[in-house]
Amino acid sequence: MPTIHLEIVTPEHVAYEDDVDSILLPTTDGEIAILPLHTPLLTQVIPGELVVSKNGQNLYLAIGEGFAEITQTNVRVLADMALQQAEIDEDAVQIAIRKAEESLSREQLAGEQLAAVQATLQKSLAQLKVKRRRNNN
Amino acid sequence: MPSTREIRRRIKSVKNTAQITKAMQMVAASKMRKAQNAALSSSHYAKLLHSMLATLGDRAQPDAHPLLHTPNSDRQLILLFSTDKGLCGPLNSNLFREAIQFNPSTTDFVASGRKGVQFLARLGRNLLADFSFPDSPSFLQVKGMSKFCIELFLDEKVASVSILYPKFINTLSQKPTLTQILPIQIESLQPIQIPSPQPPGPSSTSPSSNQNLQESLSIIPETFLFEPSPQAILDNLLPYYVHFQVYQMLLSTRASEHSARMVAMKNATDNANQLIKDITLEYNKQRQASITNELLDITTAQRALE
Repeated sequence: MPTIHLEIVTPEHVAYEDDVDSILLPTTDGEIAILPLHTPLLTQVIPGELVVSKNGQNLYLAIGEGFAEITQTNVRVLADMALQQAEIDEDAVQIAIRKAEESLSREQLAGEQLAAVQATLQKSLAQLKVKRRRNNN
Repeated sequence: MPSTREIRRRIKSVKNTAQITKAMQMVAASKMRKAQNAALSSSHYAKLLHSMLATLGDRAQPDAHPLLHTPNSDRQLILLFSTDKGLCGPLNSNLFREAIQFNPSTTDFVASGRKGVQFLARLGRNLLADFSFPDSPSFLQVKGMSKFCIELFLDEKVASVSILYPKFINTLSQKPTLTQILPIQIESLQPIQIPSPQPPGPSSTSPSSNQNLQESLSIIPETFLFEPSPQAILDNLLPYYVHFQVYQMLLSTRASEHSARMVAMKNATDNANQLIKDITLEYNKQRQASITNELLDITTAQRALE
């Protein structure tokens, strides 16, 4: 069975790199599933949950904003955040969510700042989703 | 001829200087490691971003997006990245030697780093803005500066934006480098895609399917899809690319600064230690000379009494 090479890179480090069976990726047009020999595609990634499946095992990553370049043999995801379950600190995320929600409801934010807070909120929610998933399983 | 007491005082003061430069060397060394890691770890990301932009390639004609198009203006904007503090060897002066060559009447400057601001003010160059960042700047903070430059560019105030910064090569060498960031030159990116590592085909695939893959790879440039649309991707990717480039060059500047300072302080410490050795030798000579003189005095006095 063919596999597809996945590379997830953030400005800080290479977060994940392996040959995998399939990938579920959140994009601006909704979630897309990528299998080997996928048609070449350049798309925008939004904060959410990225699922990698390999040998029947699923791996969940919280992914931030970025871009993905997909060819038939390669998937490269460039994002500003990519965390595996073990790397997520649930308490810190809860605090970040509360802070972001507070400043969204209380302060008059505009332009850049508003976008920054909203991005933080979305990324935190994505982290929480990934973290909680393991607890349910 | 200085007295032995004067020499002793000098030794003490040089020792103090050596102690200070040694401490500064240590501080710079630890900051250097951090800054170098930050600068190097983002380079893989930058490489992939380059190749992604190269994929856009033929979509990105100069009229496809304002950031690719050269505006009608005879001015150019230079971002000058220097350090806030001195004592970092020839780093800043090498940089300023390059900066001085731009035609003052058609060049506007945006500076980051106090030394650069002072330099431009002294020369009476047209300084539009001065941004200061903490020692390890975040992407968001740097975005403000690159946004300012993009706006100037889109308002057709300047025809091009370039960054002049000390590029970090290794601990011992930093090179003043001028890189154009706007308009984005897609053509200059193309060569990067060719040597980009094509990971070895998945080991589990059979040779025949590998061959199929190879064949299909050759037609990729024509068949790339863009979601949600090529225009939307361009609108997001291009400004992001500019922001990231500015960010990376600032990280490189920081790495250069701390490396240069570490080396400069190491040299200073070595020189001070050499000086201490020399003066100590001088001191010992004098001490021996005075002892010999005293002995002479004593023996002559004794002879006189006999």
